[in-house]
Amino acid sequence: MIGIIDYGSGNVGNIRRALDFLKRESAVLECPPSERSSMPDALILPGVGAFGPAMSKIESSGWREALDLWIHEGRPIIGICLGMQLLCEASEEDSTIKGLGIFEGNALKLEGTKKLPHIGWNTVTWPGSSKSAYYYFVHSFALPICRDTLAVTSVDSCVFTSIALKDRVLGFQFHPERSGSTGLDLLGESMRKLGV
Amino acid sequence: MLTRRIIPCLDVLAGRVVKGIHFKDLTDAGDPAALAMEYMNEGADELVFLDISASSDKRETMTEWVSSVADRLFIPFTVGGGISGPDQARNLIALGADKISLNTSAVIEPDLIFRCASLLGSQAVVLAVDVKRSEDGRWEVFIRGGTTPTGVDLISWVKRGQSLGCGEILLTSMDSDGTRDGYDTSCIEAVCGSVSVPVIASGGAGNTRHFIDAFNSGADAALAASVFHFGSIRIPDLKKDLASAGIPVRIEEVFS
Repeated sequence: MIGIIDYGSGNVGNIRRALDFLKRESAVLECPPSERSSMPDALILPGVGAFGPAMSKIESSGWREALDLWIHEGRPIIGICLGMQLLCEASEEDSTIKGLGIFEGNALKLEGTKKLPHIGWNTVTWPGSSKSAYYYFVHSFALPICRDTLAVTSVDSCVFTSIALKDRVLGFQFHPERSGSTGLDLLGESMRKLGV
Repeated sequence: MLTRRIIPCLDVLAGRVVKGIHFKDLTDAGDPAALAMEYMNEGADELVFLDISASSDKRETMTEWVSSVADRLFIPFTVGGGISGPDQARNLIALGADKISLNTSAVIEPDLIFRCASLLGSQAVVLAVDVKRSEDGRWEVFIRGGTTPTGVDLISWVKRGQSLGCGEILLTSMDSDGTRDGYDTSCIEAVCGSVSVPVIASGGAGNTRHFIDAFNSGADAALAASVFHFGSIRIPDLKKDLASAGIPVRIEEVFS
């Protein structure tokens, strides 16, 4: 079972429908499960909107400690869009609150782009491989290239991390659940690679 | 590379798509979800639905068709048509719509843009603007389905919309709409030169050249209805032609 974290700032329904399509059982979790026996096999951390309010809600709902422990124990989690940024050390969008500190570095405002937000289908490329595909992006902040970068995307003169991976923590800056069959395939394949 | 988007627009009346006659194999050509799937499989980048019903049970039928579209569509879609408050907007997003579009209600009460953006994020708020060229060479904003002039200048309105937090502008030229003579490229250029949020051009698409002109004028996305619904332009062909003309578009190996 995949747990979708619902802290009030995510498009939980669309992720749930994507998991249904992939024939993955899922549950929406408003607060961390209290019993270890009811722990899901993996978590998805969605997110739309602003970093500060989202992180505050994660703290006030008790998810911060639960996620720290979850990740410390090496359990799998996928952050999507703002959810990926929440897994960074911090974000330029709000300096008053810290992120979950898994991916190296801070989410920064995209610089060198003609238009913001960055909306639409853009190419994701895996450095060192000929693999590339289009996925749907909607965001203004992103993680720069860092130690945890798995795949990259560019807009005008700006290059950023579009997929990050650290141990069993995976981050997508785009929306695989809104990227047609290519996105659903990637989501399914990623869960298998994370051992879920 | 960020690609330019092709967006079919579907009008929904009492839960049924009107004018969706192109897909002959569909047993139910008026079902919003069935049509949405066809367009997704053909390579549409996004869809826009406008609910043009005026009946008292509009909210109920909207809830039904929006959820059924959300159940099957895995590309982004926008819902518009008579959205008059943030709660209504939030309900549509909760049902699975990615964005809502505001038009008449935003002109009457501009703060609605700010309230919707604060609640849902700017990325979920599209400001739809219907305009007509005035004699002085500027463009005037019209509301209520293009029936009512407002005296509001297009450029000052889109700038205000951006500062109030809309994440995209859906720009419809009433002069071009329905003509199939091409988008109003000077209008697109004027808006793209005034705001930094993405601009969706609408009104006047008749052939591939028109899409190329709209993109070369700065549009980030091009919306069309009849050319897609009646099958005079097929999305895979259009994208192939756009790619040959040097416009970056998303072409998947297989649409399935």
